[in-house]
Amino acid sequence: MTLSPALRKWLLYAGVAAVVAYCLAPFYWMLVSSLRRTSDIFDNSPFPTRISFENYLAVLDPSQSFTRALLNSVVVAGITTVLALILATFTAYAMARLEFRLKRLVLTLIIATSMFPVVSIMVPLLKMFVDMGWINTYQAMIVPSMSFTLPLAVWNLTAFFRQMPRELEHAAMVDGCTRGQAFRKVIIPLAAPGMFTTAIITFIAAWNEFLIALSMTNKAEMQTAPVAISKFSGATQFETPFGSQMAAGVLVTIPLVIVVLLFQRRIVAGLTAGAAK
Amino acid sequence: MVTTHNPPAPRMATAPPGLSRPRRRRPRATAGSGRLAALLISPTLLVLTVVVLYPTIVALKDSLFGTAGIDPKTGFVRDTDPFVGAENYTAIFGDAGARFWNAFWNTTFLTFTTVALETVIGVAMALIMHRAFQGRALVRASILVPWAIPTAVSGLLWRWIFNSDGIANALTGRHVLWTTEGFHAKAAVIIADVWKTAPFIGLLVLAGLQVINKEVYEAARMDGAGPLRQFWNITLPLVKPALLVAVLFRTLDALRMFDLPYILIGAQKTSVETLSMLAQDQAANVRFGPAAAYAVILFLYVFLIALAFVRLLGANVVGDDEAGPKRGRWLPRRRTEVAA
Amino acid sequence: MLAGLAALAACGAPGGTVAAGKPSFEGRGPITYVAGKDATGSVQPVLDRWNKLHPTEKVTFIQLPTDPDAQRQQMIQNAQTKSDAYTVLSLDAVWTSEFAAHRWIDRLPQDRFPLARMLGPIVETGKYRGGLYAVPASSDGGMLYYRSDLLKRAGIERPPATWAEMTADCAKVRKLPEAKGMSCYVGQFQKYEGLTVNFAEAVNSAGGVITDPVGAPHVDTPQAKRGLDFLVHSFRSGIIPKDALTYQEEDGRRVFQAGKVIFERQWPYMYALAAKKDGSSKVAGRFAVAPLPGLKGPGASSLGGHNLALSASAGNKATAIDFMKFFSSEQLQRFTLAHAPAAPTYKALYRDPTLVKKYPYLPTLKKSILHAVPRPRVYQYGDVTAAIQREAYAAMTGSKNSEQALKDLQKALQLPAAE
Repeated sequence: MTLSPALRKWLLYAGVAAVVAYCLAPFYWMLVSSLRRTSDIFDNSPFPTRISFENYLAVLDPSQSFTRALLNSVVVAGITTVLALILATFTAYAMARLEFRLKRLVLTLIIATSMFPVVSIMVPLLKMFVDMGWINTYQAMIVPSMSFTLPLAVWNLTAFFRQMPRELEHAAMVDGCTRGQAFRKVIIPLAAPGMFTTAIITFIAAWNEFLIALSMTNKAEMQTAPVAISKFSGATQFETPFGSQMAAGVLVTIPLVIVVLLFQRRIVAGLTAGAAK
Repeated sequence: MVTTHNPPAPRMATAPPGLSRPRRRRPRATAGSGRLAALLISPTLLVLTVVVLYPTIVALKDSLFGTAGIDPKTGFVRDTDPFVGAENYTAIFGDAGARFWNAFWNTTFLTFTTVALETVIGVAMALIMHRAFQGRALVRASILVPWAIPTAVSGLLWRWIFNSDGIANALTGRHVLWTTEGFHAKAAVIIADVWKTAPFIGLLVLAGLQVINKEVYEAARMDGAGPLRQFWNITLPLVKPALLVAVLFRTLDALRMFDLPYILIGAQKTSVETLSMLAQDQAANVRFGPAAAYAVILFLYVFLIALAFVRLLGANVVGDDEAGPKRGRWLPRRRTEVAA
Repeated sequence: MLAGLAALAACGAPGGTVAAGKPSFEGRGPITYVAGKDATGSVQPVLDRWNKLHPTEKVTFIQLPTDPDAQRQQMIQNAQTKSDAYTVLSLDAVWTSEFAAHRWIDRLPQDRFPLARMLGPIVETGKYRGGLYAVPASSDGGMLYYRSDLLKRAGIERPPATWAEMTADCAKVRKLPEAKGMSCYVGQFQKYEGLTVNFAEAVNSAGGVITDPVGAPHVDTPQAKRGLDFLVHSFRSGIIPKDALTYQEEDGRRVFQAGKVIFERQWPYMYALAAKKDGSSKVAGRFAVAPLPGLKGPGASSLGGHNLALSASAGNKATAIDFMKFFSSEQLQRFTLAHAPAAPTYKALYRDPTLVKKYPYLPTLKKSILHAVPRPRVYQYGDVTAAIQREAYAAMTGSKNSEQALKDLQKALQLPAAE
């Protein structure tokens, strides 16, 4: 079975187009719907008959506290990422560079915690936080989020640290650096790209979290963006708020899409670390 | 997280023995590095103890308690839940177990179908991307978009697409009421989930493809192997370790599915209620005992599946092969995992 | 157990039966008012009025989703987390028992509210074991909206009083060229609280009951079957379009206002919206309301409505009590009625000639409320309504026959009641 080169090429283009369409079409639909007027939201034309930003204005209306929700998402996902990254860097370094007993078991345990269904830890944490008066606080969302971001970060960083040549570190130690100095002066700078990638992946995971934020907050000013959207009562009074939901969805997604587009190479490398090199 | 976060990225660089198999002896750790390691690792372990281990133990305890009834004297619900032993677990075999089993089969069915479809579509995408040289950046960027969209948002997006007057019905020229009970609700969840995660699998498989030595294909072509045979005899076996880990993590994530059916179809919908949703719903209605019991069962289920993957299929999750050369992984060394 | 509960309630010893410490209503300052999405837009102006008069005790409006199940869930979450985010809750009338039994809401001082001037059945919905836990702020009853213009053109003089008449009228109307492609009848049949309401109305309108006054279920009866069968057969024959399985209130309103349906079961709130002449409604001036039809004569509505309750974990309770008094006052309901149709709780408002002139449905509604059958009043209302929704839905979609569905429902309802 041989295909002519021209046909082969054509088929390949068709395949690429299909993949791109598959990935982007639903997102495009969200964008288009968000730009329609409320009155023609049920239009199924591929372009809005008249572009309108009324949905965006409605979403950004102060009464919806949506800008606040975006800010909350940034705070929660940001702090979660930073904390997870700090703790994970230490642990991953030990995993990649030090020899100690039960290492494999510890690593397995840490990774196994990412298998936990969040529902199973939710209720006890909820009761605990109620007693501590933590409901409607950032820490009530950040701490449980560590349950999945921390294993994720340890996992990624361990792989990055392992890839780095041991010789450099040894050389530094021979030159009189302590292990700590070698870590700070040699490992960290070298691992910076890996840490950056891990940070992005961790951030996205934390940004997308829903169940914890849903359970731990009920004040509009403390809700994260995904929860705020799901609870959208609609800025316009009478309509089902599809238009504003789509507009809000676009607003929540656009920052991530931009980050992803800017750092796609890194992210792909991080997601597939090792194999792609 | 259920579906809110992406699985930790599988490490494909290495393929040593599986998660829990006996391993060779390591060089004895020095006391100094042991102490340093303990220092470096303890914060992580401490945090995970507080946010995972402790709640899990409490959940186990909770699952042995029932739901408080009304005190006939005051008319108020009692403050303390009664101890009922294993009743919450045995109840699933009784009359009230129908909802549990429905959720159990929904979970299993959704997991199986979504992961199977994602794998097929993901591999197909990877093969296309692997061949494409022009526009690769575009493809790679677009493939990350579904992955980056929060599941909650994608749930809303698909609910809009599947609206009775929505684009899905307009395009197909049918009038399916996707969000009502019935098989179409499952189909809607499957479509939405596959859309979001197939590209991710594609990405991982692509990474696996890219390290396959071109010479292997040359040799195969010399021997007269067609594209299909090349795929079946070379590509698939070589990407298998990468694929296995990707599939394992997708499976574990799919078993915990919550946000997508919860937002796309809604709570308490028989057609798509998963174990996570059932547990959440019980907790939300102040029946913490049954909620904890369902969560524990779900956890065991997830655990068993993970174990099966590691034991039977040899998925390597820990990826801790220190000596593992980056490129030598397709060599016969892989016998270790097949032997499991 | 519920039997004992009701017996105690019948003794009606006020205060005596409540062992829990008497809540003290102290603290003044900003509070929140929590309710489902306000479709009429009349809430905010009222709050603005209050806020102007009480600048240091401002009330913020927290709008929850339209779906009542989601509202209930979020209010329960607020209680479970002992959050002070919610102060005054607009509770669906059927939730009072559940919230009171769990002590999620405070028992209210009866003497602070003019309950005697309200319609009796409505006040009852705010009580639990003889104590007042929620003050009726609005009532609600289902009515039949119909396209008076089309009925007239088809030669029908008065709206249908029975289901059979409605079916026959629909057939006649659909023969008109301008009614081509229209659906006959829609209600709220999505699997949510609205389905419980519609199912209960069907059963009650056929002479059946869901629970007796003591809370014991009686759905495995021929009357209940006839009620459910009306829905099941209507779906099968296309009298109710299949789409209606996804309809909540707003979806039904959308198709009615678009002129796509002849009859709709709706609450009073739609009256003014459908009558709007700004182009948003195609049926302005072309519809009217009537009591719900039944099996042999006019049917019985479910008693809807919302009561104001005070979240137990809230602060600034003194302000809250004042606000509740203000928000449930006759004067305010009159003001609300001036802007949007509603179902007031005060007797006097149903007799007021100017109001009756503006809203011709008021006398119909009063009758409907006085004869309305409350939805089951049990403290595990969540289980009850979930079971009703499950079985009714199964029957309507044909995955179970109605007899089996009712049998299963009877069994399911006995479980929570047995406790």
